[in-house]
Amino acid sequence: MAFRTPLAKARGLGSAKAGFHHWWLQRVTAVALIPLTVWFGFGIAVLPGAGYSDVVAWIGAPLNTVLLISLIIATCYHAALGLQVVVEDYVHTEWVKIATIMAMNLFFILISLAALYATLRIALVG
Amino acid sequence: MVEFTLPKNSVVQSGKSYPAPGGAARVKRFEIYRFDPDLDENPRIDVYEVDLDACGPMILDALIKIKNEIDTTLTFRRSCREGVCGSCAMTINGRNTLACTKAIDDYKKTIKIYPLPHMSVIKDLVPDMTHFYAQYASIKPWIETQSPPPADREQLQSPEERAELDGLYECILCACCSTSCPSYWWNSDRYLGPATLLQAYRWIADSRDENTGERLDELEDPFKLYRCHTIMNCTDTCPKGLNPAKAIAEIKKRLVERQ
Repeated sequence: MAFRTPLAKARGLGSAKAGFHHWWLQRVTAVALIPLTVWFGFGIAVLPGAGYSDVVAWIGAPLNTVLLISLIIATCYHAALGLQVVVEDYVHTEWVKIATIMAMNLFFILISLAALYATLRIALVG
Repeated sequence: MVEFTLPKNSVVQSGKSYPAPGGAARVKRFEIYRFDPDLDENPRIDVYEVDLDACGPMILDALIKIKNEIDTTLTFRRSCREGVCGSCAMTINGRNTLACTKAIDDYKKTIKIYPLPHMSVIKDLVPDMTHFYAQYASIKPWIETQSPPPADREQLQSPEERAELDGLYECILCACCSTSCPSYWWNSDRYLGPATLLQAYRWIADSRDENTGERLDELEDPFKLYRCHTIMNCTDTCPKGLNPAKAIAEIKKRLVERQ
């Protein structure tokens, strides 16, 4: 038996007074990814025919290094934000939801650190 | 997880058939969702053939004719029969709309009528609107002020300020939009849905209201507001031609502005 009123159910635990930054950063990273993805597409289009030293030199060029780092951060951040929304939409068991979001965030942190390390190592060590 | 298949006791079965009377020239076939909570049975689809020469022009006229003359057990809500009360909202050939403002002749073949999607069904075409109305009440749909009311007159509003409510005040809370929204299907326990958010914006936009900040505080929430993923089913289906998606976007814009 439950006597909780409909309004109590609708009001629930109240507003989290958050959510704006998540939504806004998803838009900011989306906008950043438009030029970065276009640049990256053109950039790697010429690489299949290039040799090992050419590729290393391309990644090591200062502008390319900086843009690659930006691309990695924007992509991973955007993906983490977006997939969190998808999980919140569809997963309704609270602990599964929290565990999935946590695992996803750790995965994107790990994969972005690996990509950043690889880029910097090529750029700085060669 | 979200359920993509119906639970066993919700699977719709075929039901009874009521053929048109002999000699009827213009016969229209109606397939209508039936569910009776008093019977321990699954919902079913009953088929009614209606003689259009002895029936009014709108879908609601046909429903009333069926209830009066063919099957008195058919249950649905209706009141104004002119699109201002929102009672007869239902799904007609896959689209949420008002039975009273849709003409039978606009549908070429069989007309399939279901209750609003993803709501608990009380009986036949009558969904349980309790939570929907409670969500509406939760946004405090009335003017809130800090200043005391003027002693000798109403609170004034210029024609321009009044015009800001156009496209908002017309909402009749029929719930066609909210129940067409996949986000509302999956998360209506927390997501307010397009109808309630359009109403929330109606009070944010009202020049006489002084609690805009508090209203935005209440809405800034990953679920209450930000479950809107601009799917736009709400705007597509609104039988009053309103644009709830735009109202939600305006709320999001206000939240950007106040940063």
